[in-house]
Amino acid sequence: MGLLTLTSPHTKGPQRTSVMMRWVIAMTLPGLVMQTVFFGWGNLHNVIWCSIVALLSEVLVLKLRKRPIAFYLNDYSALVTAVLLGLALPPFAPWWVSLVATAFAIIFAKHLYGGMGYNPFNPAMVGYALVLVSFPVAMTTNWATPLSLLEQTPSLSQTLSTIWGSGTLPDGFTGATPLDTYKHEIAHSLSADVLAKPIFGSGISLGWEWVNAAFLLGGLILLLLKIIPWQTPVGVLAGLMIPSILLGYDADQSTPLLIHLLSGATMLGAFFIATDPITSATTTRGRLIFGLGIGLLTYIVRVYGSYPDAFAFAVLLMNFAAPLIDVYTQPRTYGYEKAKRGTKTKELK
Amino acid sequence: MTTAQASKIIASTRELADFHGGIHPQEMKSLSNQTPISKAALPPQLILPLQQHIGNASKVIVEVGQQVLKGQILAEADGFVSVNLHAPTSGRIESISEHAIAHPSGQSDLCLTLTPDGQDQWCTLNSSEDVTQLSAFEIQTKVRQAGIAGMGGAGFPTDIKLQPPKHANIDTLILNAAECEPYITSDDRLLRERADEVVAGLNIVSSVLQTTTCLIGIEDNKPEAIAALKTATQDSNIEICVIPTKYPSGGEKQLIKILTGKEVPNGKIPADIGVVCQNVGTVAAIYRAVRFGEPLISRITTLTGLQIQQRGNVEVLLGTPINWLLSQYGYQAAKRERLIMGGPMMGFTLTETDIPVVKTTNCILAPNETELPLAPPAQACIRCGLCADACPAELLPQQLYWFARGQEYEKAEHHNLFDCIECGACSFVCPSSIPLVQYYRHAKGEIKQQRADQQKSDQARVRFEARQQRLENEQAEKAAKRKARAEAAAKAQAAKKLAESQEIVIDSAKTDSKQADLIQENQNNQSKAAVEVLDLSELKTAWDKAQSKLDKMYDALDAAKENNPEQVTKLSRAVEKNQMRVNQTKQAWLKASAKTESETSTAVITATESETKAESRSTSDANIKPDLAALETAYDKADSKLAKLENALANAAPEQVEKLTRAVNKNKDRVASAKAELETAQAALSRTDNNAMPEPPVEPVIEIDIPALQLAFEKADSKLAKLENALANAKPEQVEKLTRAVNKNKDRVKAAQDELEQARLNAAASTTTPVNDSGT
Repeated sequence: MGLLTLTSPHTKGPQRTSVMMRWVIAMTLPGLVMQTVFFGWGNLHNVIWCSIVALLSEVLVLKLRKRPIAFYLNDYSALVTAVLLGLALPPFAPWWVSLVATAFAIIFAKHLYGGMGYNPFNPAMVGYALVLVSFPVAMTTNWATPLSLLEQTPSLSQTLSTIWGSGTLPDGFTGATPLDTYKHEIAHSLSADVLAKPIFGSGISLGWEWVNAAFLLGGLILLLLKIIPWQTPVGVLAGLMIPSILLGYDADQSTPLLIHLLSGATMLGAFFIATDPITSATTTRGRLIFGLGIGLLTYIVRVYGSYPDAFAFAVLLMNFAAPLIDVYTQPRTYGYEKAKRGTKTKELK
Repeated sequence: MTTAQASKIIASTRELADFHGGIHPQEMKSLSNQTPISKAALPPQLILPLQQHIGNASKVIVEVGQQVLKGQILAEADGFVSVNLHAPTSGRIESISEHAIAHPSGQSDLCLTLTPDGQDQWCTLNSSEDVTQLSAFEIQTKVRQAGIAGMGGAGFPTDIKLQPPKHANIDTLILNAAECEPYITSDDRLLRERADEVVAGLNIVSSVLQTTTCLIGIEDNKPEAIAALKTATQDSNIEICVIPTKYPSGGEKQLIKILTGKEVPNGKIPADIGVVCQNVGTVAAIYRAVRFGEPLISRITTLTGLQIQQRGNVEVLLGTPINWLLSQYGYQAAKRERLIMGGPMMGFTLTETDIPVVKTTNCILAPNETELPLAPPAQACIRCGLCADACPAELLPQQLYWFARGQEYEKAEHHNLFDCIECGACSFVCPSSIPLVQYYRHAKGEIKQQRADQQKSDQARVRFEARQQRLENEQAEKAAKRKARAEAAAKAQAAKKLAESQEIVIDSAKTDSKQADLIQENQNNQSKAAVEVLDLSELKTAWDKAQSKLDKMYDALDAAKENNPEQVTKLSRAVEKNQMRVNQTKQAWLKASAKTESETSTAVITATESETKAESRSTSDANIKPDLAALETAYDKADSKLAKLENALANAAPEQVEKLTRAVNKNKDRVASAKAELETAQAALSRTDNNAMPEPPVEPVIEIDIPALQLAFEKADSKLAKLENALANAKPEQVEKLTRAVNKNKDRVKAAQDELEQARLNAAASTTTPVNDSGT
């Protein structure tokens, strides 16, 4: 008769990991489109280049680990890492910067910990932090100027030759980011003067505001699809907004709130990077705390640190704290008066 | 009728709560709830497991080969938590043997096999026309008699639920008509077709428990059943609460929370918060048992799944083999498929179909690949938290999964692993298709095994420690005994030594016998003396040797002290040892020599008791005084004995004369000797006294003595007078006694008189002081 012996339950819901991963990638597209529109081909190229590197690295490592390749590639997690890195890295970053970042992320930050699900640190952010610290010049001088401010926009071949060759870019293609600019300028100027600079567009950040808005849209769709929980993005944004409102209210002293929110990697980070489920806290309350921590740390490093956009470091620091947050934010189980907190376990009776 | 219409009918204004989580799987109810309940035919054989419930297996009370009637009790409840088992139809008991049963483990259990005879003949039933007249106890008894267990799937003995703990204050009775699990529709059809019986049963239970509130919790996907219930509960205060369809709202704890807003506290039962839940099928069975006396012999089971052609609900006799049942309803087994007993969320797969339907078989599900596809291979957990969102017990399934995999069972228990109701909601939502419930079941099993092992090892340790203690006690006792014995022996030895030394010095009377032997031996065997002498000389030699060795040791020690300091301790110890040896040999020699000396000295003395006694006595002044009194007593005794014998002689018969004469003579001698002794002793005493004492002034002594002596004389005189008087008046048998007494006292008087005169003479001689003479 050949009756199978299986354990209950015998039916499954529709959710699948690979489906969730693909949705995440898909929802970054609006943001990518905006980046291409405002900043050129650089980001698109980087996304493609990082994807290739990621998949190749993953295949290499899986072969070394003697795992079935198709099964593991099909969960799309490597692709998510690659896409996020491609979006976060500077558009004109040399090819070897992207290579190092992606390969390190996949091989070291993901597979050497055991593969998807076992890594404690966000792989994309590990790669980013590595290249940010190792190649500071490449990472700080390759940000693109908004295209609308240029007389001559870099063509695709020019972009490629910049990234792949050592061809020098015409002056003006690269420039400081709005966050960077504001932080340095406000030290000796007034807000009104700083904001008059063309890079700030209509008072927030030319180009960057659209990119962040697009990422916000993608993130909201993910929220509606219940692919990401709302606690993490809300926590990140709150963590960024609260100190900004309390401490940075004076635009003449510190970067204004809207620039914080709509410039740099804020929305990308809040909805796509911080929500990486594997490396964030698992309890609902824990996620809120996790997000708040990221937002807070980002603000601190942005304002008081030496990096213009320190999202990567904030995420990595909170990754450290995630297990502890889980332990202290257990929910109250049915039938109990209070939730159990802490690590104290009773001896098995 | 739509759900909305059904909800409108219901007038219940009860505010419903909600439980955390829950999922919405495909209901698939329409596969089996379209047709009425059909009655399954009589199978060729019925297999009745003795355990179809929680608690102890029932005890068989019939024999193989016995003819039984329908409803006849076949096995009795064994203890409080147990139920009866009845014959589903009339027939013959084929066997009582092991048979495969419906259990996830696939193991077999003891079953009764019954071959129906086709007659379907009922036994006599105890029906009650008016159930309202029955007391709570009578109803409980009937329910217990009928062998009713919870038919929702757990199989808890129902009569126990009808007797809640005394401290529990039951006020709410909930009928669990939720039937939240997909595919299962048995309660739905039962409510549609037999709502009256269900409500009647509910009323019976309510009267037994004396509840004030009666609620029926039913999901909104059963509008027809809701309508039927509404009709059945028109004239009662039973509230029908329509709850949103969500899995697992049919779980007891979840339903209680929805309907009452209260949570069953951890480790407690619903009765502790005043609630009792009952399943629809159970309540209908209660009605039939109480009203008609029918025991539980059949149940409604859903046959569903696309592998079964004639899907629907069947009223099937307990013990019906599932393979026969499925063949009756068009089961077409596909390759590599599952046959599930229960629903798709909590049912277990069957490995064979030759197993019987039991009291808890609510559904048999035979799905094909399209409707319930097999789960894809599990991927890694991405910690998405969807499982925690779905968990009705508000656990953290992903943490439990990590701990179960990592075998960190303490942490798993800390995260409330045992509060998991194994509903399967977490596995249902898991995007990585991880079989989470399997991990939890495994972890629970491991923890239980660890607890059992811990208990065993604790017991073993207690026993081991007790044994160690016992052995130690025995050792201690032995040691104590040994010590006591040694001490006693030492004491005895010391006492013996002391006694021996005393013998030699003081009491040489003991040596008399020895002395006689010794003389004998000496006369007969000269070598004995020689041996004695040899032994003595040997001992002396030994002593001399030991002494010389000791001297040598001392010299060596001195030399060592100067030259070899490390040898000093060793040599000094040797010196001590030799010293001891010298002492021992010396003592031995002394003892031996003393012994022989005493022996030889006694050998010289002539073997007459009196003489040796006298000698020994004469050698010691200390013994004189006591001996004097003793001698006097001896003399008196001898004297009186003589007198008696003389008397006897005087009155003797002729044949006794000779004997008595001899006795008289002997005693005369004895008296004489005693007297002599006495006199000698007295003389000696006076001599020693005289010698010992210097010439003291006599006056004070005499002054005291004379009146005392006078007094003594007067006393003696008066006594004599008394005795003479008595003699004169005496009876014949007392005569001789009194005569003797008289004579004795006469002597005494005389003696006292003499003493007095002597004392007076002395006094007069020594001094010129006149002495008051009180006269005689």
